[in-house]
Order: sequence, then structure tokens, then C-alpha cells
Amino acid sequence: MFKKILIANRGEIACRVIKSARKMGIQTVAVYSDADRNALHVKMADEAVHIGPSPANQSYIVIDRIMEAIKATGAEAVHPGYGFLSENKKFAEALEKAGVAFIGPPAGAIEAMGDKITSKKLAAEAGVSTVPGYMGLIEDAEEAVKISNEIGYPVMIKASAGGGGKGMRIAWNDEEAREGFQSSKNEAANSFGDDRIFIEKFVTQPRHIEIQVLADKHGNCVYVNERECSIQRRNQKVIEEAPSPFLDPETRRAMGEQAVALAKAVDYCSAGTVEFIVDGAKNFYFLEMNTRLQVEHPVTELITGIDLVEQMIRVADGEKLPFAQEDIGINGWAIESRLYAEDPYRNFLPSIGRLTRYRPPEEMASDKAAVRNDTGVFEGGEISMYYDPMIAKLCTWAPTREAAIDEMRRALDGFEVEGIGHNLPFLSAVMDHERFISGNITTAFIAEEYPEGFDGVTPSGAEVERIAAAAAAMNRVDEIRRTRISGRLGNHERRVGSHWVVSIAGQEVEVKIEADKLGSTVRVGEQSLRVESDWRPGQSLARIMVDGVPLVLKVDPIAAGYRLRTRGADLKVYVRRPRAAGLARLMPEKLPPDTSKLLLCPMPGLVVKINVAEGDEVQEGQALATVEAMKMENILRAERKGVVSKVNAEPGASLAVDDVIMEFE
Amino acid sequence: MKDILQQLETQRAEARLGGGEKRIEAQHAKGKLTARERIELLLDEGSFEEFDMFKAHRCTEFGMEESRPYGDGVITGWGTVNGRQVYVFSQDFTVFGGSLSETHAEKICKIMDMAVQNGAPVIGLNDSGGARIQEGVASLAGYAEVFQRNIMASGVVPQISVIMGPCAGGAVYSPAMTDFIFMVRDTSYMFVTGPDVVKTVTNEIVTAEELGGASTHTRKSSVADGAFQDDVEAMTEVRRLVDFLPASNREKAPVRPFFDDVNRVEESLDTLIPDNPNQPYDMKELIHKVADEGDFYEIQEDFAKNIITGFIRLEGSTVGIVANQPMVLAGCLDIDSSRKAARFVRFCDAFEIPILTFVDVPGFLPGTGQEYGGVIKHGAKLLFAYGEATVPKVTVITRKAYGGAYDVMASKHLRGDFNYAWPTAEIAVMGAKGAVEILYRSELADREKIAQRTQDYEDRFANPFVAAERGFIDEVIQPRSTRRRVARAFASLRGKKLQNPWKKHDNIPL
Repeated sequence: MFKKILIANRGEIACRVIKSARKMGIQTVAVYSDADRNALHVKMADEAVHIGPSPANQSYIVIDRIMEAIKATGAEAVHPGYGFLSENKKFAEALEKAGVAFIGPPAGAIEAMGDKITSKKLAAEAGVSTVPGYMGLIEDAEEAVKISNEIGYPVMIKASAGGGGKGMRIAWNDEEAREGFQSSKNEAANSFGDDRIFIEKFVTQPRHIEIQVLADKHGNCVYVNERECSIQRRNQKVIEEAPSPFLDPETRRAMGEQAVALAKAVDYCSAGTVEFIVDGAKNFYFLEMNTRLQVEHPVTELITGIDLVEQMIRVADGEKLPFAQEDIGINGWAIESRLYAEDPYRNFLPSIGRLTRYRPPEEMASDKAAVRNDTGVFEGGEISMYYDPMIAKLCTWAPTREAAIDEMRRALDGFEVEGIGHNLPFLSAVMDHERFISGNITTAFIAEEYPEGFDGVTPSGAEVERIAAAAAAMNRVDEIRRTRISGRLGNHERRVGSHWVVSIAGQEVEVKIEADKLGSTVRVGEQSLRVESDWRPGQSLARIMVDGVPLVLKVDPIAAGYRLRTRGADLKVYVRRPRAAGLARLMPEKLPPDTSKLLLCPMPGLVVKINVAEGDEVQEGQALATVEAMKMENILRAERKGVVSKVNAEPGASLAVDDVIMEFE
Repeated sequence: MKDILQQLETQRAEARLGGGEKRIEAQHAKGKLTARERIELLLDEGSFEEFDMFKAHRCTEFGMEESRPYGDGVITGWGTVNGRQVYVFSQDFTVFGGSLSETHAEKICKIMDMAVQNGAPVIGLNDSGGARIQEGVASLAGYAEVFQRNIMASGVVPQISVIMGPCAGGAVYSPAMTDFIFMVRDTSYMFVTGPDVVKTVTNEIVTAEELGGASTHTRKSSVADGAFQDDVEAMTEVRRLVDFLPASNREKAPVRPFFDDVNRVEESLDTLIPDNPNQPYDMKELIHKVADEGDFYEIQEDFAKNIITGFIRLEGSTVGIVANQPMVLAGCLDIDSSRKAARFVRFCDAFEIPILTFVDVPGFLPGTGQEYGGVIKHGAKLLFAYGEATVPKVTVITRKAYGGAYDVMASKHLRGDFNYAWPTAEIAVMGAKGAVEILYRSELADREKIAQRTQDYEDRFANPFVAAERGFIDEVIQPRSTRRRVARAFASLRGKKLQNPWKKHDNIPL
């Protein structure tokens, strides 16, 4: 077995690989850029090598830098993780030349599958069903438009070397095809150093289901079940699960066998993933093959007990797979939620900054449930603009899908992340979404269920009452503490009353609270709720039993009240004496300031382009400026017709959230 | 007998109605509460005891004798906030527009005298059209009587003003001399001369809101210490402030039970200081992570944001915070931030509130604007305030402490009790680049040599150890253990006794 391996990656996946290597008694070498000097993967590894400036194209994807690090540390093998150099043929070749093992497939397989145009041809030849599309290279935007018309809109414009939603656009007309081609090309050049683009038919109403394969160098190849990754936003996976709630054993076997056939056709070894689009009639089409470890691999591990990273390392070392196809079963259900540094309330725009608080739920595993959190960050760490905005993968396992979802809800409840915008409220909301629970999902789930974006969950009437009861009990603790301050007028102390009005989500809930040694009984209207909690003022996470059902609230003090967050809801809650509540009702509602005449920067980033000048008349939907953040070019468009009165930013300027880019008359 | 008892109730009911239902409705329609409603929210339920409920004016000019309502436009008395005594006056806009008459002023003076005598804070809720014109000079005399009492009470009992409606002309000078002024957004304004006079004299066209609204006074003029959304929020948050303040200069600040761990370790503070010395970070994170339960009551949040002032608790006891904010103007000192912090330090010192100072200051802001504006004298205010303060003073230098600003920010030399530094601290006369440019002017052409000189300077001075060698830094501490270290330091200073030489008063560079 290898004595030392280098992980040519960063973030959670580097940490993930280090864990398996450590378990196997293998020394690990991390590499890091300027921005990652203090990153978690650097701390976890036995050794760490600095490989250059922060941008990935000057560090993590510079083959020479990685080769130097290998030489300096004497690593015998390299695990590439996903992204970066994981599907780079030249890298695999360079390693081969240097006599260093690549923990992945052979260069030939990477080349064949890494290029989506070639891979489609090969898949078709291997008897795998494929989606119609244009396989050749596309020179310019006009050709892209022509081809799009031949295939018929809608079409998908993709970077040949792409993945993870980067360099990918859907176009519904000529203009979008032209624009999409250009931005995909730019992004591809920035992210992968390869700007080749291809176009294919965009299949509507599809489910994204992929097959995990595992092959050794001795001709053995198995499929390790499927993962369903239909919960996506703009082709970026958000929630995955294994198995798929949609597949029957026959379809699973058919997909699995095709995937294995394709793997064998390219002499595959190591772990790989064959992605399919599956339509409502369970017809499936080959999409692409990822010749690397997939982001969402943990759900497969959780239902099979196979450590995929360990197997990749063993295969690279020449070992045979320790199991055959018939040994691989499905045990229970696993779900993965990807925690992104993206603000759901700002249309999921990337958010960067310092993690002032980061407290993931505790990992655990029993025969009833498991919680696993793959992460590359820590409290006090920095989310930089240079890399992928994914900061953690929270996975849960349970014997059934229903129980796994429930476990995920609880795990998300206990997950505290502050300092940056993140999609945790959105993940919670999906876990409570009826359509998701039913399993009737497609890749259009998010677009269909949240067409206007996500602006938080509005809790139901019963939920409002439960939260109100909990808030009243918390407020009582706060109030009693207030009356225990020193310097009171003896014998004339203030008494904390029992009758309160809770203002919450635009409603008022009257409560009467009676406390005893173990908790309190809160009367809300006709019903009586038993509230028990050990919450104390200042705690940011309140775990409260309301009538025997746990309620978990994230608590922040705000002026004269609390901000409570739970299950995707973000509420301002005020608990007042009845008299005070009556007076509060007299107060006018204050509206937020009017920003309709301003174009505000929606995320921290760099101004790439200003498309208009002062005095220009702009139409609704017209591109006004391009801001680059997290390597994504975001085109900011006019919300309505207007005339530009002032431009405050110029290309090259670095802006913060809500900086005014331009003003309108 | 029964009739007499009944008559009292009838008279009380009449007094409680103030200017009558219609005017109360008008007050509500403006988004404002009445004087009595505000007191109800400010004080513990049922704790208000009113004085001079039946007092009426004595004016007989301009037909005033026709209308002599009970209370004369101001409600005064005392009550409790979470069981602690406070004195209150609340101007009643429904009675003569809350205008101040001789008798109205007498009522305010009465409770102020009692507050000073008995040692309890005064909270004034201002909502007044100004002087009662019909009374002429008697009304002006009334103002001055109040002013004199504000002055005498200053530093004896905390005085808090809440502007909850108009406050114009001479009326502004009573709040101006109190310790804290808060305003209510959209419904309050303060100015010496109103928009009409401004237009006549200077031809400037300006609205009352622009001239003296909450936004103007919290962001531009710094007259106000904070602003609230509405009357309800204002009263709730003033209660919160009262919980931080001592009743008078004869008593220590109150102690409240706390649920936080004194020894709480915050590992994330080890990475608060960025690798790049020119990159800012948010000093408020440090404040929140050091404070009991993360509870911080900020004063002048929207003004001179390059310095942060406010109250926290450590082990349940009030501590005043002064901290440079690297996020704004790199945290440097300037006219505004010096004035803001100096006033806060003096408040803390007057009322025996210990001061915790977090330092990351690259120096004073350069420029003609600053020099012409008198940064010398304004900067000296903060220096003076720190130097004269006899309360426990604990200082933590997190990063930069350069030049004169190092001296100013509660340094050891200004009688700092505990002067800590993080290992990331750089205590020097100036940054390496600037220092080398002066020291090695002749070598400036040689880039390599200069780089080496800069490196040498950094190696020698960009650390806390040169200062520690001399005892200017008592101890270099781990960022993560700041809360424990600071709390222990203040605990050890509970018995501190320090007296300045007797003087009539000092001559701070005003």
C-alpha cells in the first residue's frame, strides 16, 4: 500500500480523502493557495505545500505546481478529488510519466469521457441510449445560434470540460443562445482553462439519476446503485438521495448494466459516475460520465457501507475489488443537503466573508439513524470569492426515506451558520415541502415550486401558536432575569405577569403562561400547550419541547424582541404585556427605504463591465452591468424602463453588497 | 365622605385625559403615543407615582385664564424600571402642544431636585412645541431653571432624553446637556432654528426631517446617541439601557445574573486578524464574543463608525467599551471619533463604569480638513478623558497601535491597569513603510535595500514584544482567551481606589 498520498484539491473533499487515508494508515499531503493558508484541509493533513496565488488557475489547476509538490514531499500517489485537475488527461499523463499513481481512471478513459462530445459517441457505440445534440465544436456565437435552431429550442449550452453548473446555460431563443454561448465560453476559460462548447437538446421534465460504478484494474466492474440528484437550481445540485424514489429494480439493473458496459468499453478503473436523464416513463438517456469521485458520493456510501475513497486508493494500488455485483445491496435511505454560501433571500447570490459562527450538528451513526457532515470550513474561517461556494455536505441516513428526511430536518435545525448568507433555510424548506416528501420530483422542482425565488417559509397557524408559546416561555425567563438585577427597591419589586401577547408573522397570539418546576403550561386560545426547555438568555439555539414535539429555534436578540429562525421561517417576534401590545397596535408600519431608482450590487464582487452610460434610456430586462463573483459572471438587468442618471462604479471596481452601481431618474 | 373620595377620582380622570379625546386621537394619527402611554411603557406596570397632577398654570395674558387644564402639559413623577427607581417627566403634546410654561418647568425641576437628592436617574420624554409664548419671559426663565438643574445633575445621576416629537429653539438645550439623547424615526426632530427661519436667513430650503430628524442627528450632527423605529421600541430599549446604568455616582452599576461562562474560549478569535495587515475585520465580532451572552448596547452606532462605543456586561457587571473599528477609515482616529469616544469615556468615569478598550489604530487621519477642523484639540479630548479617568481600565491591542494614537488609546502611560496585547499586535511609532521612508531617505532609490530595511523594521517592531520588554504591555495573551483574561482583570480591580488631585474642575480642551 502507498505510504504517502497527495490530495490535489481543497475544501471538504480534501478533508474527506484525508479521513479515509488516515484510516488506512497512509500519510497525507495537502496543497494550498494563498487564500487557503489557514484552511481546514491544511490543518488536517500531515504535510502541506503552498502552490501559489489564490485564483485556481494560478494554483490548484497548475499541473507543474502540483508536480513540484509531489516531488518535494515524495508522495507516491495523488487523489484529485473532484473539479480542478480530477478530469484532466494531461495531469494523469504527467503523473504516469513521473511514476506517480493517479487515484482515478486511466488517462485514456478521462480523455474519452471527459470530452462530452466524444463520450456521447462512445456511449452510443456501447449501446447506451443518448440525447440528441450537436457533437462538433462550435466556433462562434452565430454558429451556436444556427445549431440551436437545427436541434430546436430549448437547448442546453455546455462547456465541454464543465461540471457542477459552471459554464452551462439554457437558451430558449436566438438572443439567449448568443449570450449563453459567450458567457459559457468565458466561464469555461476561467474555471477549466478549456473554452470548448457544445449544444444539445434540453429535455424537459427530466429527473437526474446517476449510477455509481467502481472498477479495478483486473477487469472487474460493478455498479453501486443510483443517486437521484433532481433537486437542482440552474443545473447546480442542491439535494441528492440514494436510492432514487423513482426507480424500480428492473430499471436500476438496466441502467447499471449500461453504465458498466460503458465503463468496460473505455477500460475504466476506479470510481466513476454515469449520469442519466430519466423521463416520467422511466426512459433514460445518457448524459455524461464523470471520471472521478462525485460530490454526492456519501449517500452511496451510507446505503452500501462501501468507502468509495478507500476503494479508489486500493484500486490505484492494484488491488482487486473485494466484492462482486451480487454482494451490493441497498440498506436504508440516505439524503445529502449541500450547504452553499449563497443567500436564498438574494436569489441565491454568492456570499463571502468570515464564518463568525459555524456549529454543525454532531455526527453519529446507529442502526436507526446516522448524521454525517463533510466539511472543509470551521468557525472563524473565511469563505473566499475564489472557489466553489459549497461549504458543507450534510448527510443523514435512516431505514426509510421518510425517516431519513426527518433526520435531515433535525440535523438542519441544529446547524448554526452565521456571518455569511447561506441556503440552510431553503434546505429546511425543501425537507418540509410536500412534493419533495412525496418523491414526485424533477430537475425543474426548484424552478416550479419557487418561481419567484425563496423568501422564507410562512409557518402554518398551528406552527405559529407553537412558536408563540415557546417565545412566551423564553420571554418569561428573560423577564424574570431582568427583575433580579441588583439595586431594586426592596419589597417593591416588579412582578412578572402571566398574560402576554406575542406578535409574530403579522399576527397577534394571546397567551397565558403558568410556570412550574419542570416548565410551563401555555394557554393559547382554547388549547393548552406544555412547554419545556432548558434555554437560558444568550443561547443562540433553543431546543424546546412543545407538547412533546421538539421545536428548535435559532435565537437572536433584536430591538425590543427576538429574531427566531426555524424550518426556513425567519420571524421577528415581540412578546408584550397586553397593554403594551395594545399601544404597539397604534404604531405605524414602517416601510423599508425605496431602492427602486438604484441598481445595487447584489453580492460582493468585481465589476467586469458597465453596459450603459449616464443619460442612456434602458428597457426592462436590458443588461446594465456584469459583476463577477465566485468565478460566475452575473449580468444585472434593468427591472423596469428608465433613464440612467448616474453611474457610480467602473469596470475593475471591487464592490460590497448593496453598493450603488448606478442611479436612475 | 364618599362624595369627596368620588370627587378625587373624577378629578384624576379629568387630569388623565390631558388635552381631551380629540387631541389624543390626533396624536395617535401622527404615529405617536400620548405622554401617559409612554410612561406606561417605560416603567414597570403599576409603578408610576405621579406628582403635581393637578398643577395648573398661573398665566392670565391672552385669555389663558380661560383654560387651565390639570398637569399643564407635562406629567412628572417616579416609578421603577425592573424594580430600580427612576424619575420621569413626559411632555404632553395634547395640552397646549406640550409648550413649556413657568409651572410646567416647576414640575420638571421638582423631580430633578428629588432625583439628585435621592440618587436616581432622570428620564425626560420630550414632545413640545417650545416656549409658551403667552407667558413671555416667565417661560424662558422656566427653561433656564431646567438647564441649571441639568448642569447640576450632570455626573451625579444619569440623565436620559428621548425626543418623541418636536423639540426646537431653547428647548433643545436641556436634552443637549443630558447624558444620552435618543430620537424616534420620522416623528421627532430637534433644531435651534426651524426650516422657515433657515429659509429667511440663508435661503436654504430644507425640511424639518432633513434639518433635524433622527437620521440627521444620529449620522451627521452626532447630537443624538441613537434612534428607534417607534415609541414602543424606544421605551423598551431605554429600559434596556437603564439596566446598564448606576442609579447615581454614589452607587456602582447594577449587577444582573448571567448565564454565560466566564471561562468561555472562542477559538475563532485566533483567526480574527487577517493575514494581510491592510485587510479590515469587524471589531464588533470581538466585542460580541467577549461580552456576556453577546449582549452589546451600542451608543452612537451611526456616527464616526471608525470607533465603537457602548455597554456590555462581564460577569453581570456593566463595562464600557471603546474600540477602533478597522472596517471604517482603517480604524484611525479623527475629529469625530475622538469627540465621540471622549464623551463616552467621561460618562463611564463619572459613573464608575470600568472601561475596556480594544485597540487597532493606525494613527490619526491626515489632511487639511482634519487640521483646519482642530483635530489637535479634539484628539486631545480623548487623550484627556482617558488620562483623567480613575475607573478600572483594561486595554487589549489586537493589531496596530501606531504613534500618538497608541498613547491615546488607554495606554499604560495613561494609567491603564491591565494592558494586554494579542500576538498579532504591532506597537510602533508608525508602519514599517513610512518609518523606512524617513529613516533611510537616501536609500529610497534602491528598491531592494528599502525592501530589506522594511523587513528589518517589521521584524523588530511589528510585534508586541518590544513594548512588553519595557512593561508597557503587561502580558501577551491568546485571542481565544480574551474573555477570560479581561473578566479576571476587571475582577481583580473591583477594589481599585485612585484619586486625582483636588481641583475646582479640570480644563479639558473643549
